[in-house]
Amino acid sequence: MAGREWNPWRRLLALPNESRAKTVIIAFLVSAVCAALVSSATVVLRPIQTANRAAEEQARIAALVQGIPGMATLLEQSGGTLSTVVINLETGRAATAVTPANLEATLRDQTNWTELDAAQDLAGLGQRPDFAQVFLLRENDRVSLVLLPISGQGYGGRIDAIIALHGDMNTIAGIAVTQHAETPGLGGRIQEASWQGTFPGTALRDENGDMRFEMARGPASTAYEVDGITGATRTGRGVTQMVRFWLGPDGYGPLLDAIQRREF
Amino acid sequence: MPQVPSYWSTLTTPLIRQNPVTLQILGICSALAVTTSLVTALTMSVSLTVVLTLAAGLVSVIRRHIPDTIRLIVQIVIVASLVIVIDQILQAYFAEISRALSVYVGLITTNCLVLGRTEAYARHHPPLPAMVDAFGNGLGYSLILIVIGGLRELLGKGQLLGAQVLPLADAGGWFTPLSLMLLAPSAFFLLGLLVWAVRSLYPAQIEQPEYAPAQLKSPAE
Repeated sequence: MAGREWNPWRRLLALPNESRAKTVIIAFLVSAVCAALVSSATVVLRPIQTANRAAEEQARIAALVQGIPGMATLLEQSGGTLSTVVINLETGRAATAVTPANLEATLRDQTNWTELDAAQDLAGLGQRPDFAQVFLLRENDRVSLVLLPISGQGYGGRIDAIIALHGDMNTIAGIAVTQHAETPGLGGRIQEASWQGTFPGTALRDENGDMRFEMARGPASTAYEVDGITGATRTGRGVTQMVRFWLGPDGYGPLLDAIQRREF
Repeated sequence: MPQVPSYWSTLTTPLIRQNPVTLQILGICSALAVTTSLVTALTMSVSLTVVLTLAAGLVSVIRRHIPDTIRLIVQIVIVASLVIVIDQILQAYFAEISRALSVYVGLITTNCLVLGRTEAYARHHPPLPAMVDAFGNGLGYSLILIVIGGLRELLGKGQLLGAQVLPLADAGGWFTPLSLMLLAPSAFFLLGLLVWAVRSLYPAQIEQPEYAPAQLKSPAE
């Protein structure tokens, strides 16, 4: 028989390979070992990845602040630091019990989220946290700059950004996109500095207090518009709605009012 | 026992003569996608070489006990697990590069090159030669990626590893970047030129034409 001429112990081992029991056992063992490998890698490396993401966000905030004209000198004058405050979005005041340290734990509790109905939910979020961490820069007891984290539904997924407003709470000082899933080369261009550079100086509301901000379809033509991106209509709508929602009455509106009344 | 070729030739043959990308045209999807800059090409090369070598070693260790009926699934599970581990490591220690590579690290799993080597070589050879072969193939793939990545970055941006090499015309130099080089089609052109160069060097690799232009036939049916 031809089989005899083969390496005998290979033949020996090849034989039981066909058995159903061995097939199942091998499949099980391989999956178990691989599962253990993957899980341990994920668990061991997670703290480093989380730290990375946090560092990245800090870097973007720093870049955003640096990118605003005159900010670097302003920062130096005020001692060089932004103060971090957790605010209650409902009241627009600093939260009493929630600190930046326990914000994440607080937001894990569903009771600290507010459901949005369809009319309110411009940004397509479904629900909104009751607390948010914002960054303030004070100058002579007045707030001269706020950095507000915002998020909304884009075309490919959620867009996270940080928007900076000047002390009048109506002029955009800059924007930094911290995370997005838009199409590379089209909507994905929202992460480019050239597009983000069209934000500074744009006004949010007109004299009557109506929200006018919009991402234009082409180049910006009014004081309330920022440049559009060709081929990214839904991303543009997402950005418009995101800014309108978060800087409107259901978002940071109460906070902005409080700052304008100099209660902050 | 089949005659075992020397480790040296196992290692060096896939570099150019039996290069997996230019000869077998394997794994070109990622070769096209990640070569816009040299850094991403290098990272992808290292990741793929590590995954390939480890996968070949593991498959080779248990090669006599992999039931034939489920061998492909076993191989893919091993490769996929290694890829996830590598991806996690990249995300932890090279976050910047990991973002640039986006989904392509995950796609190493489906890179035909990896499955091709484990299926064709590691399954029939002891661990050491299998790993040497895998490492050689990984290097061959890396070589192509680095050449294409280097050329695309140099011609597309005038940079190498992010450092300006050719002075740009915008900045008072003489070099006008070829934006085409940053788009996917240019990788096809460069890869085609490379294949042509290698096959001019080794005419034995030139394939017979699969299809000759029709000599005026009678109408079919």
